[in-house]
Amino acid sequence: MKILTLSLLLLVSFSKAQVIDNKRPMPAVDLKSLEGAVVNTSTFDNNDAPIVISFWATWCKPCVTELTNIAEVYEEWQKETGVKIIAISIDDARNQSKVAPFVNGKGWDYEVYLDPNADLKRAMNVNLVPHTFLLDKDNQIVWQHNSYAEGDEEHLFELIKKLVAGQEVSEK
Amino acid sequence: MRTIFSLKSEVVLCFIFFLSISESFAQQQNAGELHGNFQLDAQYYNKDSLIGAPVVPEKVLTNGFMNLWYTRGAFSAGIRYESYLNVMQGFDPRYRGTGVPFRFASYQNEQLEATVGNFYEQFGGGLILRAYEERGLGYDNAFEGVRVRYQPVKGLYLKGLIARQRTFFSLSPGIVRGFDGEINFNELISSLADKKTAVIIGGSIVSRFQTDQDPIYNLPENVGAFEGRMNIIRGKFNLLAEYGYKYNDPNATNGFIYKEGQALSITSTYSTKGFGLLLAAKRLDNFDFRSDRTAAGIGANINFLPALTRQHTYNLPATIYPYATQPNGEMGFQAEMTYKIKKGSKLGGKYGTEVTVNFSGTNGIIKRSVDNDTLGYSSPFLKASKEMFFRDFHIEIHKKINANLKVNLMYLNWVYNKDVVQGLAGFGTIYANMGVLDISYKLAKRHTIRLETQALFTKQDMGSWAMALLEYTFSPSWFVAVLDQYNYGNSNETLRIHYVTGNTGYNYKGNRIMLQYGRQRAGIFCVGGVCRNVPASNGLSISILSSF
Repeated sequence: MKILTLSLLLLVSFSKAQVIDNKRPMPAVDLKSLEGAVVNTSTFDNNDAPIVISFWATWCKPCVTELTNIAEVYEEWQKETGVKIIAISIDDARNQSKVAPFVNGKGWDYEVYLDPNADLKRAMNVNLVPHTFLLDKDNQIVWQHNSYAEGDEEHLFELIKKLVAGQEVSEK
Repeated sequence: MRTIFSLKSEVVLCFIFFLSISESFAQQQNAGELHGNFQLDAQYYNKDSLIGAPVVPEKVLTNGFMNLWYTRGAFSAGIRYESYLNVMQGFDPRYRGTGVPFRFASYQNEQLEATVGNFYEQFGGGLILRAYEERGLGYDNAFEGVRVRYQPVKGLYLKGLIARQRTFFSLSPGIVRGFDGEINFNELISSLADKKTAVIIGGSIVSRFQTDQDPIYNLPENVGAFEGRMNIIRGKFNLLAEYGYKYNDPNATNGFIYKEGQALSITSTYSTKGFGLLLAAKRLDNFDFRSDRTAAGIGANINFLPALTRQHTYNLPATIYPYATQPNGEMGFQAEMTYKIKKGSKLGGKYGTEVTVNFSGTNGIIKRSVDNDTLGYSSPFLKASKEMFFRDFHIEIHKKINANLKVNLMYLNWVYNKDVVQGLAGFGTIYANMGVLDISYKLAKRHTIRLETQALFTKQDMGSWAMALLEYTFSPSWFVAVLDQYNYGNSNETLRIHYVTGNTGYNYKGNRIMLQYGRQRAGIFCVGGVCRNVPASNGLSISILSSF
């Protein structure tokens, strides 16, 4: 029975590879803003310019390094491509109250939302943070990347520029 | 208690169901999306009697899982297959074999969301109810039952659930019923929409049913708990208060006393660009709440009680003496200030300098004996005992020196009551000082080298430690690192051991593969707010992660 289950699992994943490989829409999930309001991800909008979704946590050093490095070039990125960065904090009740002072203390200009029940993290199948997604003008996920190393943001920016220029961003 | 192993036919049906829906939609325009993630961890264990690594007869142990979700419009469904052949060292041995312990179907429109099967949920800050997963630590107390979330009007949020809880590969015996309501006045009342002050209030009731089969005691079969919370936000200020009360709940963790339980948590923050301040206080008294009154250790927890201390990520502070919440009685506080010294100033330099100062502490509560000893004790509400459980004072400075060089410097001073935190006797209280120096240097575009050095100084327990990490990253795909932890101050000379590991990893889009070889120190490993004890091990491990 175990073998049957496994083979079915494999069958599903391979036979539907086409569905998986195609870009898919951003899932609709409720998040909380830093002002306590409920915000659904279906309302994410950036006037036909790309959106970057970045999953992070206050205790995650590579996440904070990534968002700090992008913060330094964010103004240039916005001027050149109109991109918007949305930072999704997966901090739980232990650190959730720290998110607003943390973001302000760092002087980040991102839209920041809380995902305390990990509803969006699960819906987007995030294993570990940091995990970054790139959305096109129709809020379709066209690219994703797990982990952060110094310089990754330059690669991301190249992809954003490609997307704005109407080129394929797929690395396949 | 039924086990999930007996559900194989149900699981297969579930797959066939999946296949048929995806087949039938495959030809249409909107075929829906099938997506998921996968993780496999495997380790080959070497013998290493010096560090007390247990002998592993299987030689190789593996943990793995895959989530597979299908979404189409308002409908979604998913399963998670888990495999422990056999479960890796450091995880609960009750994870045994393979199965599909997580499966759900859900329908959602603008007002209503209904879920059957497994789900995770949190009421308020989780003081009386939170189910969540932390796969890396083997923690998963998912509910299995029915949940409805309903929003009758904008600003009013209602949730209800009735479910049992997962404990490893079975279900906990208790039935959990819960209801939560939250009102956001600024959303609900249109005339308040533009007011500067936002007010959100909420409350919940949770009840657990478990039959009483005890031959001697008359144990309450229904145990209720309630919680109320208030959040006031005005510009840069934020005040969040949450209070919880639990009716008599004799259980294995409180020694079967009939006393009520109480919890209070208050957090206030003030922040403006370049400055953040947090002040928080918390009290817990007899507040361990589980869906099985006989459970102890990890498992069947209904509520979530995180430690009120900074969550550290540097290795020595994070793993040698981390604090763990004492649900049966503690009182703590935390203050944290972050400040960014402006660019261009003398101390700020070209890029500015970030400074964080944090002080947190936890003591026990006063417990006075009472005439009726089935009540256990009485405790004055706003008083802490003199018994110190934990102190953490630290200061952290982050400075970007130039376009290529960054430095992070940290000093920590700790007090750690090992007997209380780890439930032991005879170790007493440990006083430790720690230092961290973390330097990152960009060699060339996309090539970065990072050196991390840490030291922990103490004359007690295992004595002092030193640690060094050298990491090289080649963006966006590769990394290689070498790490050495050295217990140079151990009073037993044969235990002055180097714990050396080599790591390498490769990333490609949503995929990651990591290899590690070497000696792993025993200790408490914390990720995402939960901690588990990892035994010493020596060997080769591989991790494969994928998100698709």
